[in-house]
Amino acid sequence: MSDMNANRAFVRSDMLPEQAPPALETGVVKWLRENLFSSWINTILTLVSFALIYWVAQIIVPWAVFGIWDAGSLTECRAIRDELYGVSDGHGGGVACWAVIAERWPQIIFGFYPSDLYWRPILAFALFWVAITPVLFEGAPRQLLVVTVAFPFVAVALLWGNVGGPIAVALGFALGWAIYKFATPAIGQLAGTIATIVVPILYWILLSGYIGDGLSAILPGLEPVGSSRFGGFLLALVIGISCIVLSLPIGIMLALARQSDLFIINKSAVVFIEVFRGVPMIVWLFSASLLLGYFLPEGMDPDDLVRVIILITLFSAAYIAEVIRGGLAALPRGQYEGADSLGLDYWQSMRLIILPQALKISIPGIVSTFIGLFKDTTLVVFIGLLDPLKGLSDAIRATTEWNGIYWELFIFSGAIFFIFCFGMSQYSQYLERKLATDRR
Amino acid sequence: MAMVEERAIDRSQMKVSDEVAIEITGMNKWYGTFHVLRDINLTVQRGERIVICGPSGSGKSTLIRCINALEEHQQGSITVDGTLLSNDLKNIDKIRSEVGMCFQHFNLFPHLTILENCTLAPIWVRKTPKKEAEETAMYFLEKVKIPEQADKYPGQLSGGQQQRVAIARSLCMRPRIMLFDEPTSALDPEMIKEVLDTMIALAEEGMTMLCVTHEMGFARQVANRVIFMDAGQIVEQNEPEPFFTNPQSERTKLFLSQILGH
Repeated sequence: MSDMNANRAFVRSDMLPEQAPPALETGVVKWLRENLFSSWINTILTLVSFALIYWVAQIIVPWAVFGIWDAGSLTECRAIRDELYGVSDGHGGGVACWAVIAERWPQIIFGFYPSDLYWRPILAFALFWVAITPVLFEGAPRQLLVVTVAFPFVAVALLWGNVGGPIAVALGFALGWAIYKFATPAIGQLAGTIATIVVPILYWILLSGYIGDGLSAILPGLEPVGSSRFGGFLLALVIGISCIVLSLPIGIMLALARQSDLFIINKSAVVFIEVFRGVPMIVWLFSASLLLGYFLPEGMDPDDLVRVIILITLFSAAYIAEVIRGGLAALPRGQYEGADSLGLDYWQSMRLIILPQALKISIPGIVSTFIGLFKDTTLVVFIGLLDPLKGLSDAIRATTEWNGIYWELFIFSGAIFFIFCFGMSQYSQYLERKLATDRR
Repeated sequence: MAMVEERAIDRSQMKVSDEVAIEITGMNKWYGTFHVLRDINLTVQRGERIVICGPSGSGKSTLIRCINALEEHQQGSITVDGTLLSNDLKNIDKIRSEVGMCFQHFNLFPHLTILENCTLAPIWVRKTPKKEAEETAMYFLEKVKIPEQADKYPGQLSGGQQQRVAIARSLCMRPRIMLFDEPTSALDPEMIKEVLDTMIALAEEGMTMLCVTHEMGFARQVANRVIFMDAGQIVEQNEPEPFFTNPQSERTKLFLSQILGH
């Protein structure tokens, strides 16, 4: 025993230097062994998976790659196929008829928008990217924000060919700003704030319609295009982008309202969120096209597209509010207390401390909601608008040339949806990485 | 527990004046039906360094959190720097901007750099120009001996460094009173000393301080009054020397024997 005790006393005379990890096998072989062939079961699963992937690919890849691009109709397409690859029995061995895309892609993109005016939505789309660059990327020149502010009005003017309307609406914002700037010092903070909100709203309801019409009559205009001509991805993007941009601020306000201690504000937010979230989107779309006209004041009768945008915005704002509420709840109480103890008031602590962190936590949920919203824009087909998936593909199939073609249209539309949604997803991951400051 | 090395403390600036900094009279507080604070009467003079100790759940944190209205009290009055604490939000924000507070878990803002943490409140609450606020922030970061960390984020700093930043952040608002809510309880032993040194330096400059802490070495050296709380009430208060050597209440004796006995 005494020997063992003697051995236990120990003093390190020199500290060990840092060493490189042992040189295990590295590179591809190690990766393969660890990830694909680590045990017998894994090896079998790997081989079965490869077989499955091969089986699916050997059907799809030749179908897509050897597709026919140059034909005037589905019948012609089939004739070319039979000539090139032999008569098909109708099962397998077929090839895609991409000719429908080659011929009809402008319709899938623009719907029935007049083809000589395609430059207008294209220009609006290009301006959209300029407008969101300073919002999405911190490094972008700040001067671009001018484009961002002007873009909604310019886009409306370009898409509908209505020049007077957006100017009249913009005048309302200018009016509000002028009241805040010049009248508030005279009539006090509270009265000034109320006037800043109420006067422009009254102006929009009562006057801006007439002023818009008047301006349109005077100003050199663009050829008007009605909402009924909108279709395809033009429609999906107009609805999707408007609703995404509008629903985020509304969702943030709803989330804050639901966290509020003020009884009326809190309960109103709860009712709003639960009602909009608890009723199917399609019900809201029907009520947009049928019911909204009854509730809105006389003379204020927005067209179907505007009603749809309003309803989808409120619907997704309810979802966004709940996602952000999750983010708010995830913040430690100490963050609220830290902000309070420094004397920041409610709006300062929300804007500077709480929301930046809560929104960062909520990014995946928010982007998920936006992706869902963008895909849900295709549901407008139920109230007779021409969405890219069903509305337009039905319209294309209604012609004698392309009667009976399905897959090619769906794949094309699906691919475009995928590009936008994948883009949003990638951006959200970029944003999360960029904002990850709280890790070592 | 005496983590603080016995070093000479410069007492030339430590003056307790007749001016009243905080006056609490007949204050009661309940959490639901639980009576957390019972008939608290406490007058703090400008320049006092008060250490509040007591077992956990005795209401000591709640007491100092009532002073800057992080907790509401239901009865009695609290007057800070001549301003009576009321439900008026403007009044509360004014008191909070005059009273600095350091928390057990620092509560730095993880999405802002150290410098931004320190300049945020001066810029938004005091409307100080950004450049001036940054100069002030650097001055106080140098005081707490971490100016070189200004551009890092809180997550990159050690606990002791974070707590020193939290102290600097409070000081940037030029408070007349500082509250410390167990500032060293979440720290590794090696880091406690650096935070206590910062607090001692602050006391040497004559800051009015209320510290909830278990650092009895700090209490002995720096405090001019030690308050012992139990079950929501002030059980005993005295100058440190008689408090530690000759406690009167049985409850105090038991508490002191438990924390000093090993």
